[in-house]
Amino acid sequence: MEFMLGITPWPIASAVLWIILITAALYLIRSTAHKAIQATAHALHRNFRIASKAVSRSEAGLAVRNRDVLLAAGREAKERIIEREFDRINESVCKDLGKYSSLHRSLSESIGRIEKDHDDAIDVPPDPPGWVKAVQAVAELDSKEGRGQVGDILSDIHKSLIKAHKDAMTAYHEASAKRHQLLRHMRPEWRLIQQKLAEVGKNVESLLSRSVTIDRLMQEYEDIVHGQDRAVSVLSSSSLVNFFVSAFVLVIAIGGATINFSLIARPMAEMVGGTNFIGGYKMADIAALVIILVEISMGLFLMESLRITRLFPVISALPDKTRERMVYITFSILFLLASVEAGLAYMREVLLHDELATSAILRGDIGATATGEYMWITTAAQMGMGFILPFALTFVAIPLETFVHSLRTVIGLAAISLLRTLALTLRLLGNIFLYLGTLLRQIYDLPLFVPLWLEERVARNAEGGAVTGRVRQ
Amino acid sequence: MKTGIFATLCLLLVACGGEAPRNSGVYMLLDTSGTYAQELEKAEQIIRYTLSKLDAKDTFAVARIDTGSFSEKDIIAKVSFDDRPSAVNRQKRLFAQQISDFVANVKSSPYTDITGGLLQAVEFLNEKDTGNKTILIFSDLKEDLAEGYIRDIDIELAGFKVIALNVTKLRSDNMDPREYLDRLEEWKGRVEKTGGEWRVINDLDGLEGLL
Repeated sequence: MEFMLGITPWPIASAVLWIILITAALYLIRSTAHKAIQATAHALHRNFRIASKAVSRSEAGLAVRNRDVLLAAGREAKERIIEREFDRINESVCKDLGKYSSLHRSLSESIGRIEKDHDDAIDVPPDPPGWVKAVQAVAELDSKEGRGQVGDILSDIHKSLIKAHKDAMTAYHEASAKRHQLLRHMRPEWRLIQQKLAEVGKNVESLLSRSVTIDRLMQEYEDIVHGQDRAVSVLSSSSLVNFFVSAFVLVIAIGGATINFSLIARPMAEMVGGTNFIGGYKMADIAALVIILVEISMGLFLMESLRITRLFPVISALPDKTRERMVYITFSILFLLASVEAGLAYMREVLLHDELATSAILRGDIGATATGEYMWITTAAQMGMGFILPFALTFVAIPLETFVHSLRTVIGLAAISLLRTLALTLRLLGNIFLYLGTLLRQIYDLPLFVPLWLEERVARNAEGGAVTGRVRQ
Repeated sequence: MKTGIFATLCLLLVACGGEAPRNSGVYMLLDTSGTYAQELEKAEQIIRYTLSKLDAKDTFAVARIDTGSFSEKDIIAKVSFDDRPSAVNRQKRLFAQQISDFVANVKSSPYTDITGGLLQAVEFLNEKDTGNKTILIFSDLKEDLAEGYIRDIDIELAGFKVIALNVTKLRSDNMDPREYLDRLEEWKGRVEKTGGEWRVINDLDGLEGLL
């Protein structure tokens, strides 16, 4: 600084001289400097724009891929649902219509019996009375042979008539009673037919409602296959819901696994030692963790073998017999591990009592070593938890499958958002640099206001002179 | 693939080996000379407290200070705790019982060879090679050697914590407290001279920071 102010004996004069020199230098390289600033700003702007476009293209590619993944997952899920619906219909048809032949036979038999009973119950007209002919004979006798024996004959006729009437009435009553009996027999048959028909109606209604569901599912499936935006939107939102719900259930499962861990970690020290370490972690803790992880793995295989989940295509593709064997094997291993855990939980309680008793002895508090009367309840509860938790953890497979499937979508969505933000930021930066270039040029010109003013004046004068010359000419 | 397996094995070897021992070794010296033998009930409490703080793989030994303490014969009870918690509990009970029996039948000794006991403690703990090494001296720190015993030697105490417990004041200390202070200062100097860490705990109700 001193050197700069010392080029003349007067510092102010030196300063002024420096200002003039710098201004002159800046003015002389103004054009080059402007070009350099502009080139840099444009280059930065262009590069950021290119980067932004590249990121946008990646985002678009990812969005397409995410959409494909989403549609594929949705298609697969819908296929499974439709397959299950068809399975149910198949079961229903096999169960209900499989009995159709016996139902038909039962109905035919019932109808046949009703027809027969109906035929039997037809009202038979009583025989014409025999006394009509007798009266005719008496009338003829009266005209030919006289009336001597008519009184006796009429008396006999009367008797016969009364007897015949009695017989006819008895027969009629018997026939009526029989008919009524037959009609009574028809009643349960009618009820049976009504009941059977109601059953058939119910089954048909169930099939109809299922067919409506299948229609709806098929419509959704078609939407997915055609890749319609509505289907993508529905799948996306349901995937997010699935993600959060399954994550929540997994957190609960982790809580269960932690309790399980605390139940078996302490007694595990009896088996693998309490002071061995692997990489800073207690061997007993690692062993307990491994047991829990093996249980979860067995649970996954069990669920997979039962075809409840489909995380491992190899297991799903196994022949049914092998799969069944796998179910038995995994369940047996799970059962054995659960039993081991129950034993360890018991051991934990025993160790705890032992430790408490030792502490009491060391404290000199002998009375405290006595075991409580109801301690068996906690022991039993711990054993029960040790046995049940491995089986409960088996069901982790279901939320885990949902979580894994929905995670792809969620990660895709998050990545898309990230890329979109990045593209926007790059675009903004590009624009900022462009305007920054313009601003820098203006700032550059700011200290050069004097030479620029002079330049403008000179140019104006020159222009004025030229115009005057042209006018004169 | 092979590289991966090799790297995994290397990691496992690094993880498994080369770790410094984490266990603790405690050696307690009990002064049984003269009237100080009456204080041994307090020592029993400290031993029980120490037992409750020790865990699997730790080592604990209790030895008496008598005329010639540089001897294994003076070790009253010693234990290296098992790896299994149930066995540790059994060992602790047995140890506590051994100490109770000793305290009940202790006979006072005519001389006090603290340096010999300290040497024995260092030797014992070095042999056990524990992670932490602590020597507890339950004594008034007044050394009284029999004729012919040479104890004017430096003891290598680097890495050792030496804690003097219940350092009672003698009648002469009461008359001239400088004796007591000089005694403490002398022992502190001897311990710290060879890299040891020195502490005094006289308030036996505040044993929380003992180990």
